[in-house]
Amino acid sequence: MSKLKVAVYWAASCGGCDVAILDIHEKVLAVNEACEFFLWPIAMDFKYADVEALPDKHIDLTLFNGAIRNSENKHIAELLRRKSKVLVAFGSCAHTGGIPALANLYSKDQIFHRAYVESPSTVNPQGTLPQTATPVTEGELTIPTMFDHVYSLDQVVDVEYYVPGCPPNPERIWEVLFAVVSGATLPPPGSVIGAGERALCDSCGRKRTEDKRITGFNRVATTPLDPDICFLDQGLICLGPVTRDGCGQQCVKASNMPCRGCYGLPPGITDQGAKMIAAVASVIDAREPEDIRKIVATLPDQAGYYYRFSMSQSMLGRKKA
Amino acid sequence: MTNDPKIVAFLCHWCSYTGADLAGTSRIKYTPAVRIVRVMCSGRIEPSFVLKALKEGADGVLICGCHPGDCHYQEGNYKALRRFHMLKEMLGQFGLEGDRVRLEWVSASEGDRFAKLADSFTEEIRRLGPLAWKRVGNESERRVA
Repeated sequence: MSKLKVAVYWAASCGGCDVAILDIHEKVLAVNEACEFFLWPIAMDFKYADVEALPDKHIDLTLFNGAIRNSENKHIAELLRRKSKVLVAFGSCAHTGGIPALANLYSKDQIFHRAYVESPSTVNPQGTLPQTATPVTEGELTIPTMFDHVYSLDQVVDVEYYVPGCPPNPERIWEVLFAVVSGATLPPPGSVIGAGERALCDSCGRKRTEDKRITGFNRVATTPLDPDICFLDQGLICLGPVTRDGCGQQCVKASNMPCRGCYGLPPGITDQGAKMIAAVASVIDAREPEDIRKIVATLPDQAGYYYRFSMSQSMLGRKKA
Repeated sequence: MTNDPKIVAFLCHWCSYTGADLAGTSRIKYTPAVRIVRVMCSGRIEPSFVLKALKEGADGVLICGCHPGDCHYQEGNYKALRRFHMLKEMLGQFGLEGDRVRLEWVSASEGDRFAKLADSFTEEIRRLGPLAWKRVGNESERRVA
């Protein structure tokens, strides 16, 4: 059997997805047996020119992690789309924008101003900002252009599959790789693979009351966390009701931390934040506008909390210009 | 009247829609800017309905339900009230004027009140100006679907 031709790429990401692939431990040897790599910046030394020289559709499988934040991210996304038979949006950032997409609540100008002018640790009296092209005596130096908006991968190129997670669970990664390597029948394009089909609450083992009555929300940093009781019952925002399961419950079970929503929307939900408002509103114990406002005031950053990993896919998507 | 604001109104079946119906059968004139969507209960109105309306061209969204204590399903209007306050807060984070979404109680007998409400809310939205939510991102950067 000829080896499976694979590429792995990181765009606007932290590198955690690449590390998660290595977290399949000794099975990575089996992957190495079965696969031939054409690009994997974190692990191997290939140049973009090597990929550009390949015939179209030469690569069987590309795992693309990271959001699309600048012109280089977009260029490589388009290049790998052309060269790959199957392109997978791998991890939360490629799937729904992830942490980088929280920047969509600010404009590029605001971000530059904060990072290069206003931040307390910055000394920049001339107000110098990054330039896409800089003339020097030897010629012109160029860097990629930062976009005004952070996109998920499928907002820039066509994508066959989505593997959610920040990072994806190594067990699920192995299942996905094994399915492709073994030649199993793949699900229809557009599917989310390596994840469950229900909300996390459906598979969560914590004890919960049906009739929750919350009079104020707590924060994990300042509250003792009970390891057996539903976080919402404890007055902590947990994104379990609006998040796909299949993550292995590393947060709610192993780490005693509320779900942050990295596995994205379960089937049938169109917007994580809007649905979370519906869920949280049901457990607030107040009927008078004044009381409700007081309780809502204990939730200081709803947009950032509910769309922590899905801002690119949220219905409004960005701050009003 | 192309300058008229577009307003989507979600009205509960049992009180507010019947109230709006009464405005009609009583031949009370009110603004045509309001497009009414009937739902069984104000508690049925998901925040995503409101976001979708704003995203797809509405300049304002009006939500009407039964007066407190009068909900046909007992609790629905209180749920709507809590969702409304949460959503209003979050819309502020997206830079949206909170006044573009309003919640009011209208009973089945308040045809006149509904007509006045429709008119006054439309005036308020007219003052705020068109919303015209920008499509996410930049055409030259994102894929054109």
